[in-house]
Amino acid sequence: MSELSVNHLLGIKYLTPEDIDLIFKTADHFKEVINRPIKKVPSLRDITIANLFFENSTRTRLSFELAEKRLSADVINFSAGSSSVSKGETLIDTVNNILAMKVDMVVMRHPNPGAGIFLSKNVNASIINAGDGTHEHPTQALLDSYSIREKLGEVKGKKVVIVGDILHSRVALSNIFALKLQGAEVKVCGPKTLIPKYIQSLGVGVETNLIKALEWCDVANMLRVQNERMEISYFPSTREYTQQFGLNKEILNSLDKEIVVMHPGPINRGVEITSDVADSKQAIILDQVQNGVAIRMAVIYLLASKIKP
Amino acid sequence: MLLNAKEINIILHRLACQLIEDHPGFENTVIIGIQPRGVFLADRIIKLLQEEFKIKNIPYGHLDITFYRDDFRRSDKPLEANKTKIDFIVEDKQVIFIDDVLYTGRSIRAALTAIQSFGRPKEIELLTLIDRRFSRHLPIQPDYNGRQVDAINDEQVKVHWKEIQGEDAVYLLPKENSAAVSGKQKKE
Repeated sequence: MSELSVNHLLGIKYLTPEDIDLIFKTADHFKEVINRPIKKVPSLRDITIANLFFENSTRTRLSFELAEKRLSADVINFSAGSSSVSKGETLIDTVNNILAMKVDMVVMRHPNPGAGIFLSKNVNASIINAGDGTHEHPTQALLDSYSIREKLGEVKGKKVVIVGDILHSRVALSNIFALKLQGAEVKVCGPKTLIPKYIQSLGVGVETNLIKALEWCDVANMLRVQNERMEISYFPSTREYTQQFGLNKEILNSLDKEIVVMHPGPINRGVEITSDVADSKQAIILDQVQNGVAIRMAVIYLLASKIKP
Repeated sequence: MLLNAKEINIILHRLACQLIEDHPGFENTVIIGIQPRGVFLADRIIKLLQEEFKIKNIPYGHLDITFYRDDFRRSDKPLEANKTKIDFIVEDKQVIFIDDVLYTGRSIRAALTAIQSFGRPKEIELLTLIDRRFSRHLPIQPDYNGRQVDAINDEQVKVHWKEIQGEDAVYLLPKENSAAVSGKQKKE
């Protein structure tokens, strides 16, 4: 051990518990590195990474770029809006053109589920999935589990509830895979219209009452309502959603234990979570962001170590 | 066996005395053990300085060089990182690196780069228990040295510590047979 079982990070689905353990241990070292006066190591000075973002992102793109730069990799950025994709170029052609410029690794976000898997079968580079439609967002799930591990000591045996738009959320799916793989108990909570019909087959419980779900859990991961992915109405109004599934200080204080509150961002303050909760001591939202850089450094480092010069 | 427990004990005392000679009081000096194996030697030297020579408050850290090595992606086995623990700045300090065996010098080259992340030291010195003097790839020499050894490349110098292997000893061994066998299989 001390090598990943995969050559690409396409989804948590393809990882083993040992892979996750190795990524976390490596991230521990990088977390120490990014808290030094000089936050940079020269490991990847001969690796070039292309960040291909066919869909909008702030946090993930900055986090990946920072992780790459802290490892001394050369970085090129690409976003679909300003590219030849609008002229009709196919995905494989776009990527192969970029790879022809001697790029070793591709970090890709794409609106279509399975885009990363498709790419990994058709081009010769190490692929990291930075979110593919409503499918998976593996680095987010890794940093979420890593943050739980940091806060509560371990993930195994912890009760985690994922609240909100489960149907459209790649964060939810990757989190379910990651948490189950590490032996946590998982429930999802949200309006019935936003919970996939066969979600129980993944071994998770369903709870439609937020208070009950919160009373059960150690950790609540509050997801954003993804209005941009909703072509029809899944609930009557945002106000009604907030009344039933929004987390506020009153609810938090009424619980008989201190739960950990997480949010993958971007936050819609006042919708799924109120400001006083987001800024409270129980929220580890900014720790998640900091851990994101360390986790992505670990993933990139471990995958890069498998690329032979 | 190259050195037994008694010989190692004498050498450690000598090295500690040499350090005191050059760094009286250790006012501006910090000691850095190179991970993973240099830390055991550094622990011993620190213990000697504190318990036998009553020198207190020596800043002491562990430095891991994994991410600074020049054989990333080039070595057969994956590199495994260890903990770096330096909770002080080395700016303008006299730094003493401690490692058990000085072989090609590449680890120390990596350590020289790594330490820059913690400031610009005034001076860096190197203390090693074993110096394999004819095996160097880089112009790096120890300032304080336990024993010089003329070992050929097919041989391995192995340092045992009481805390880990149950005895203090240094062995000169032929390179492990398993490695030779697997190498042969690869060729076929």
